[in-house]
Amino acid sequence: MLIFVGKRLVYMVLTMFAISLILFLVMEINGEAVARRVLGPFTSAEQIQAWLEANGYLRPWYVRYVEWLGNVLSGDFGQSIRFRGPVADVLWPRLGNTAILAGVTFAIMVPLALTLGVLAGMREGSKTDRSITVASVITTSIPEFASAVLLTVLFTTWLGWLPGTSAMSDGWNPLELILPVMVLVLYGFGYIARMTRASMAEVMQQLYIRTAILKGLPYRTVIMRHALRNAMIAPFTVIMLQINWLLSGVIVVEVAFAYKGFGSLILEAALNQDVYLLEAATMVAVLVAVSTQVLADVGYTLLNPRIRFK
Amino acid sequence: MSQASTPTFDWTPDQPVLECEGLCISYFTRAGEIPAVLDFDLKVMQGQSVGLVGESGCGKSTVAMAVMRYLGRNGGIVGGTVRYKGRDMASLSAEELRQLRGGEIAMIYQEPMASLNPSMTLGRQLMEVPLNHESGISEKEAHERAAQMLADVKLPDPERVMRAYPHQISGGQQQRVVIAMALLSQPSLLLLDEPTTALDVTVEAGIVELIGEIAARFNTSMIYISHNLGLILETCDRINVMYSGVVVEEGSVEEVFDRMRHPYTRGLFNCIPLPGADKNARPLIPIVGQLPLPHERPQGCYFGPRCEFFEGGRCDAGPIPMETIPDQTGHRTRCLRWQEIDWDAKARGSDAGEEIDEGEVVLRVDSLRKYYEVRDSSIAALISGKRLRHVKANERITFDAREGQTVAIVGESGCGKSTFAKVLMGLETATEGSIAFREADLADKPIEKRSAAEIASMQMVFQNPFDTLNPSHTIGGQLARVIKKFGVEKDPAKVRQRVLELLDLVKLPREFARRRPRQLSGGQKQRVGIARAFAGNPKMVVADEPVSALDVSVAAAVTSLLTDIQRSYRTTLLFISHDLSLVRYLADRVVVMYLGHIVEQGTTDEVFSPPYHPYTEALLSAVPIADTSIEKKRIILEGALPSVLNPPKGCPFNTRCHRKIGRICETEVPPMVETEPGHVIACHIPEEELRAMDPVIAEKRPAAAE
Amino acid sequence: MADTVNTKTAASPGGLRGLLRSMIGGLGLLRESTIGMIGFGLVFVWALVALFAPLISPLSPTAQIQPFAPPGTVTETGQTLWLGADQLGRDVLSRIIYGSRTVLFYAPIATFCAYFVGCIFGLLAGYLGGWVDDLLNRVADIILAFPVLVLYVVIIVLIGPSGLNIILAVTFASAPGIMRIVRGLTLDLRNRDYIAAAQTSGASLSWILFVELLPNARGPLIVDACLRMGYVIITIGVLGFLGLGLPPPTPDWGSMVAQSRAMITFAPWMAIFPAIAISSLVLGFNLLADGIREISLRD
Repeated sequence: MLIFVGKRLVYMVLTMFAISLILFLVMEINGEAVARRVLGPFTSAEQIQAWLEANGYLRPWYVRYVEWLGNVLSGDFGQSIRFRGPVADVLWPRLGNTAILAGVTFAIMVPLALTLGVLAGMREGSKTDRSITVASVITTSIPEFASAVLLTVLFTTWLGWLPGTSAMSDGWNPLELILPVMVLVLYGFGYIARMTRASMAEVMQQLYIRTAILKGLPYRTVIMRHALRNAMIAPFTVIMLQINWLLSGVIVVEVAFAYKGFGSLILEAALNQDVYLLEAATMVAVLVAVSTQVLADVGYTLLNPRIRFK
Repeated sequence: MSQASTPTFDWTPDQPVLECEGLCISYFTRAGEIPAVLDFDLKVMQGQSVGLVGESGCGKSTVAMAVMRYLGRNGGIVGGTVRYKGRDMASLSAEELRQLRGGEIAMIYQEPMASLNPSMTLGRQLMEVPLNHESGISEKEAHERAAQMLADVKLPDPERVMRAYPHQISGGQQQRVVIAMALLSQPSLLLLDEPTTALDVTVEAGIVELIGEIAARFNTSMIYISHNLGLILETCDRINVMYSGVVVEEGSVEEVFDRMRHPYTRGLFNCIPLPGADKNARPLIPIVGQLPLPHERPQGCYFGPRCEFFEGGRCDAGPIPMETIPDQTGHRTRCLRWQEIDWDAKARGSDAGEEIDEGEVVLRVDSLRKYYEVRDSSIAALISGKRLRHVKANERITFDAREGQTVAIVGESGCGKSTFAKVLMGLETATEGSIAFREADLADKPIEKRSAAEIASMQMVFQNPFDTLNPSHTIGGQLARVIKKFGVEKDPAKVRQRVLELLDLVKLPREFARRRPRQLSGGQKQRVGIARAFAGNPKMVVADEPVSALDVSVAAAVTSLLTDIQRSYRTTLLFISHDLSLVRYLADRVVVMYLGHIVEQGTTDEVFSPPYHPYTEALLSAVPIADTSIEKKRIILEGALPSVLNPPKGCPFNTRCHRKIGRICETEVPPMVETEPGHVIACHIPEEELRAMDPVIAEKRPAAAE
Repeated sequence: MADTVNTKTAASPGGLRGLLRSMIGGLGLLRESTIGMIGFGLVFVWALVALFAPLISPLSPTAQIQPFAPPGTVTETGQTLWLGADQLGRDVLSRIIYGSRTVLFYAPIATFCAYFVGCIFGLLAGYLGGWVDDLLNRVADIILAFPVLVLYVVIIVLIGPSGLNIILAVTFASAPGIMRIVRGLTLDLRNRDYIAAAQTSGASLSWILFVELLPNARGPLIVDACLRMGYVIITIGVLGFLGLGLPPPTPDWGSMVAQSRAMITFAPWMAIFPAIAISSLVLGFNLLADGIREISLRD
C-alpha cells in the first residue's frame, strides 16, 4: 500500500515536471515574443534587445528553465505584467476565493448527486429513476454561461431576490455566492448523479445482491451494507475527477458573475498576454488537478479490497 | 431482528417439505408474455434429493427462483401453487418470506465468486445469517458458529478465511463458503443451482462429496439443478427431466436411467459419451433439430418436431398430460406413445463407422518449453532483487501426432494446454525446444513469418461459440475472407462457390452465407467455426474445447460433424479438452497435462486403464458418469491447484498426490517411465506398483440392466 | 469512463452503403425510445435551420435596425423583430439562426477530428499493449492533467482564436479521452476468439484494428460521440463567451450571451434566447445519446 502511494507520488512529480517543461517551452522558448508581450506591441528592436539582456533571455533555454523551475519551487513566480507586482501576491488571495466557491459547491453538489443517483439506481426503470435521469440530462445540457444568464434574469431582473454580480465590492456578502454556486451545482450534479445511478443499478444486478436477498436480509440491510459500498467505488473516482472539471466551470462562472477568483484571473492573464501570471496559474491548476487524481487513485484502492489485498 | 413474524407450519416429517402443483411461470417482455415453465409438479420429501436436469433454457433455474419467490421485476408465477411444509407460499407476508429465505430454504449458486460480496469479509457475510435469523444471538456467538461451519465444510484455517475477502481464496474454497453460508441456519431445503459447473473436475468431486455428507448429516432435502446426468446420478434419489419448460419424465434415478420412457430422455443419453461408446463402433447419436424458442413452441408435444416416433395428428393434437407408469415409484412420462415404442431397439443412425488407419507423423513436438516473464513488484521481490519471475506455462512437452489421428490433450484449467495451442498456432513463440510440422520447424516462427500455405495447413477451432465469429460481419464474408487469404481461390465467383461448399460441408443451409452471427444458435456458430478452419484444406486442426460451451445434444452433433470431416480429409486433429468422457470417446492418443507438464501419454486404452499416473487416476475418478452399471473408485484430491507462478519443486503433482511416496517427490523431477512402447508415465512410483493398480472405472459385479 | 460500456451492439453491414442502411435501420429502432426521438427531433430541427438559414431567417443577421427593440417590436418598415434586437439593433432571431451554422459547422468537424485521432491511438494502445500503450498513456495523462478549459485557454492564447484553431484545440484536448475509451473497449475485445481466428489466419494489423475490432466497438462509441458533440458545442459556446472564440462579425451564440451580460437588467431577451438555443441543441445530442444507449442495452 505504501509502495503504491509512493509510486503514485513519484509519478505525479514526474508528470508535473513534464508539464512544467512543456509549459515553459511553449511560453518562453522565444524570448522576443515574451519581450513583446511584456513591453507591448509598439516596442523598438533596441528596447527588446535591452530587455532580453537585462532579464537573461540571451542564455540557452535549458539554463533559463532550470532557473525558472528553481524560482517556481521556492514560490517566486516572477512579476505580473498586468497587476504590476509579484505574481504570488495576486495568485494566493484569488485562489482562496475560489476555494471558498468550490468548497461550498462541493458540499452541496456531492451529497445531492449521490442521494439522487442512489435513489434512481436502486430501482432501475422506476418513475423516480426516470424523472431523476431526465432532470439530470436537462441540467447538464445547459452550459454554465447560459444558466448564469437565465438564473440572473430570473432571480435578479424579475424577482429581485439576489444580487446579479458577485464582485463582493461592498465587503464579503454570502448572498452573492448563491447564484454562482447554483450555476455550478446545476451543471455539475447531473454527471455524478448519472454515474452513481449507473453504478448502483449495476451493483443491484450483481449476483451477490441476490445472495444477500435470498439469505433473508431485510431490504434496508441489503442496500446499506451490500449495495452502497460497492456502488460508491466508481462514483468516488468521478467525484475526484470532478474537481478538475470544476476548475473549468469556475472560470466561466467567475467571469459571468465578476467574482474575484482564480478562474477569472487565468482568463485575465490570458487575454492580457501576462506570460508569468499565466504560467504560474496554469501550474497551480495542474497541480490541483494532478493531486486530486492521486487522491482518487489512492482512495479507489482503499475502497476496493480486491486491489488493496492483491 | 425479531422472531415475531417467523412463519409457522403445521407439518409432520411424513409430508412433503416442498410441493409444487401445476406451477406456471412466465416472463413479461416487450414482446408479451413468455411462458418459461408450464404445468410443473414436484414433491420433495424430507432428506430426499431431487435432480432437475435439462439443457439450457429448459426452465430448470427458473423453478428454483420461483420457489424462492425471486423472479425479478419481469417474471411472475401465473398459475399453480408452491407449498412449503404444507403452507402455500403465496400466503406468506413479506416478513415471513424474508425469514423463510435463508432460514428455511437456502441456495447454493453456480458462480461462487460472483455470489459473494467482493468488498465484505467472508466472516461478516457468514455471520449475517445467524444474526438475521435468530433472535438474541450475540456477535461472538455468530462468529463462533460461522467459524465452526467453515470447519464443517472442511476449509482449513477457518479464522483466516473469516478475515479474508472472496478474491483471496480459490474457486473451490469460495463454493465451500457459499455452502457454509447456506447451512448456517440449518435449512430444511437446499436449492443447488449448478453448484459445480464453474469448477474443475477434481475440485468438483470434493464439493459433490461434501454435499452428499451434508444431506446425510442434517437430513436436508435438496433440489439439485444440473445439466450433467452423471452428477445427478451421484447426488440424487429422484430425477425430473425438463425440456422446453415442461417436465417430460420423472422417477427414481434408477428408473429414469435404466428404463427411460420418454424419447427425449433417451436422446439425451445417446448424446453423452458413456464408457461403452466408441466413435467407430458405437458413435453418439445427436438429437436432430434445435430446442424451440419459448414463443415458438409447437402444438402438442414440444419435443415432437425432433422426435423419431412423432405421429402427426396425435402428438401435435393438444397438450400432452403426464402419464404414470404402473408398478414403479411414481415414474411418469409426458409421452403419448410410451407403451408403443420398443425401448430396447437400437436407436436410429447408430451405424458403426470404419476405423481409420493412421499415416505418417505430421507433428513432432520435442522438449518444448514456454516461459512467460512476469514483473513482480511486491516488496519481497524489491528487496531480494528478483523482480523478474517466470511462469512456466509449458515444460518439456514431447509427443507426436500422425496423419488422420486424433490426439487429445487433457487437463484442468491452468495446465498449459491453451498456451501450447498458442505456441503451435504461432501466436506465441517457444522458449526452447522444437515443433516439427511437415518438415518445417515452427517453434520460433510467429504467425507473421509463416507463409500462407503454412498458415492454411494448420488451423484452429475455438472454444466459445459466442465469440468465435465477428458479430459485425456476415458468415459468408468471414468465410470468403479466409479463402482469399489462404490463396485457395481468387476469383470472386469461385470464392462464393467455395463458401457455399463449406456451408454444405458443415451441414448448414446455403442462405446462411448472408446471415450475421447473432442470427445463429451456438451450435450453428460452432459449425461455421469448423468450416472456417477447414477452408484451406488443413493438414492439422487444433480444436480448443470446441464443444464445452454447448448443450449435450448440440455438442454431440458438432462432435460427430468434426470427426466426420476429419476422417474424410484425413486431417490430424489435436483435441484440447477437460472432458475425459469425450476424450475417451474421440481420441486415438491421449496426453495428460498438469501444471505445464505432461504427466502421462499413450493410446486411449492405455491411459484409461492401469497403470495410471496418480493424477490420471484421480481425474478419472472425479469425472461423473451417467451409467448406473458403472462403479468407480473414489479418490478425492486434497488442496487447491498450485499457482503456475510458484509451482511445487520436484513432481508438479506432489502437493495433492494421494500416492506420494516421500521426499523424493518434493525434490526430484520424476523420470519418464515407458510401460509400453509409446505409453509414458512421469512418476517416481516403481513401475511394478503402477502396474498393480486397480482400474478406476469398472462394471458393477451383478451386471445390471443390459 | 462511460457508465455502462455496452460492447454488445446491434449488427450492421460494413461498407458505405451498409453504413447508410444501418443508419436508417437505427432510426427505426430509435422510434421505440421517446427520449431518443425527442433528442433526434431537436438535432434534426437545428440541422435544418442551419442548412436553410438564408431562407428561414427573416432579416439579415448584421443589419442594424433598431437598438434594444424588445421582442415583438414592429419596425417602421413593417418587419417584426420576434425576439427583439441587440445593442446595435440587429435582429436576435436572425442572429440565432445564423449562429446555428457556426456551431453546426465547427462542432461536427472538431468532434470527427478528435475521434479520428482518438480511435487510431486507442486501437493501437489497446491492441498492441506494451511500450506503445505505456507511451500513449503517458502522453494522454499529461494532456488530461490540465483542467479542460485551462488547456483551451492556453492553446488559444498561443495560437490565436480562429475556426481552424478551435478545431485543433478540440482535437488536442478531446482525443486523449476518446483514446482511453477506445483502448478500454479494445482491451475487452482483443481476447475474443474471433480476433484469435483473424490472427491465426494471418490477418494484417490494420485489418484486425479497423475491420475486426473497430466495428464491434461502435455501439458505445456512437453514444459517446453524441455526448461529446454536445460537449464540443458547449466548449465552442464557452470560448465565444470568454472572448476566445471566432472573431466578431460571425454570429456566435456564446459571444451573443457575453455581449448582452452588461445589459441584462433592461434587455434580458438579448441573453435569454441564445442561451436557450444552445441549451436545446446540447440537450438534443444528450437525449439522442441516451436513447441510443437505452436501445442498445435492450437486446
